[in-house]
Amino acid sequence: MLARDAHVARRNAVQLFLQTFLQPLLFVFIFGRVMVGSGFLPASYKSLLLPGIIAISMVFTGIWAVAMPLIAEFQWTREIEDRLLAPIAVPWIAIEKVFAGMLQALVAGLVVIPLAWLVLRPGVEISIGSPFTFAVILVLIAIFSAGGGLALGCSINQQHIGLMFGMVITPMIFFGCAYYPWSALKTFPVLQKAVLINPLVYASEGMRATLVPQFPHLPISAVLIALVFFDVLLLVVGLRQFEKKAVS
Amino acid sequence: MAIGVRTQDLRKVYSASPPLAAGGGFIGRADAKDGKPSKAQIPALDGLSLEVLPGEIFGLLGPNGAGKSTTIGVLTTRVRPTSGQAWIGEHDVWKEQTQVKHLIGVVPQRPNLDFSLTAREILIFHAAYFGIGSRQRNERADALLEKFKLTERANQMVRGFSGGMMQRLSIARAMMHDPQVLFLDEPSAGLDPQTRILLWEIIREYHQAGRTVLLTTHNMEEADGLCQRLAIIDHGHVIALGTSVELKASVPGGYLLRLRFGNQTAELLQRLQSLAGVREVRATDSMGADVYADRGGSLIPEIASLAANAGAELSDVHISEPSLENLFLHHTGRSLRD
Repeated sequence: MLARDAHVARRNAVQLFLQTFLQPLLFVFIFGRVMVGSGFLPASYKSLLLPGIIAISMVFTGIWAVAMPLIAEFQWTREIEDRLLAPIAVPWIAIEKVFAGMLQALVAGLVVIPLAWLVLRPGVEISIGSPFTFAVILVLIAIFSAGGGLALGCSINQQHIGLMFGMVITPMIFFGCAYYPWSALKTFPVLQKAVLINPLVYASEGMRATLVPQFPHLPISAVLIALVFFDVLLLVVGLRQFEKKAVS
Repeated sequence: MAIGVRTQDLRKVYSASPPLAAGGGFIGRADAKDGKPSKAQIPALDGLSLEVLPGEIFGLLGPNGAGKSTTIGVLTTRVRPTSGQAWIGEHDVWKEQTQVKHLIGVVPQRPNLDFSLTAREILIFHAAYFGIGSRQRNERADALLEKFKLTERANQMVRGFSGGMMQRLSIARAMMHDPQVLFLDEPSAGLDPQTRILLWEIIREYHQAGRTVLLTTHNMEEADGLCQRLAIIDHGHVIALGTSVELKASVPGGYLLRLRFGNQTAELLQRLQSLAGVREVRATDSMGADVYADRGGSLIPEIASLAANAGAELSDVHISEPSLENLFLHHTGRSLRD
């Protein structure tokens, strides 16, 4: 089944590439080159931006890679039915989807790093203090994004895709601390607390903590705990929703 | 060794929107779409018990909404019954899903082919899900594509396929892992007559290889010609069960004369009943009557003169020979096509 998804992904590679990388690259270009180059933003913003861009690319690749095909396959083409009839227990099919989404999210994260670095150069100061922590955070981010995709993809009807963007994805991006550090919200104390329910915050802050520790960031332990919490929560919710969808 | 299928007292009540798995189309979609949290309780199966013998072609015949697709859904692990049990061979469908899925092949009512793949890939990946080795799955895919006359289109994406081609490919896919029990939900709906005959041949051939086939249909001809035994279902339970010949013989007389009069009286009905060969007379409304009899056209002059004497002119007659349609009408008072 993983082979099937890989096969389809290969076939749609160009589309997938554009969908995943164009938006973050444009963002990097506008904020990193144009705004900084023209002096509206300080040069150090580049380094602040890069971890956020990595986080956001990973999270949305993961969500997208799992949620969109699931919405289509369950409601539109019903093509998942063939896999539901394969001789394995139903949750494994969901886990396969999450795994495929995770891989895509990881690839997205790892590809964005050099690409963004190319665009932003010179002046980016990244230092991976602890490769192990960095890798763990990457994997945790990948899991929660793919798990989130599963939960969303199985909870949302085809006709509500637009709503999903408006209500879930957009606020998540803007309150996700991807383009600014969490500590920048301290003038809005209520908001600063409220955004803590957004898992993207921990992804961005985690990336920042491991790549650009010179900037203010949440403590790594808090990031790890929160990411594990969201991983488990979204996977559990996602699997439950999946089973509900699969069996009537 | 062939494997049978059994259900016992299956009940299924849908409490919200119609299910995805049951193939749709059997409960009004309209009430699902208004989105209000009205928890309409829709009974789809109401104590359905069946036994399909190992190695037979068994048909479920009934009008739309009778519960055919839901029955298939339950037997193929896609619908959780509200109560009751189902078995494929010795395996409880709900408790041993994985084993059951190994044994069954399913052709859904609505094609659910993988639109991201070509025809050949669909077959190959399907076989891979079932753990069939790569050489064997290539051979089988080629053989089935040939059999279903799809070889020329094998390497095209299925997105552009016609309905009939998708249906053929769905069946080929269900046969890829050589299942012991093949489920087909309305297999010939929307097929042209030529393809339908090809399909029947393939089903017979598959059956001769010792497999069990369970199909649903509301096509009388298909039920009559293809199925060895039939269950006629309506409102979620079996109303008649047997071979096509047995079922037809169970209709009193066999012939059905649907009559309409200018006006109709109880006395007239009584007199009809006393004619030679008439087995049963039922008033359909104030103007009409259904007469079950063991002869057809030769009764008409007698009925006409009876009616004329009673002052109720005979205005319309429809005679049908012994058929499953008559049986359905006899049991439910409704036509299968309604």
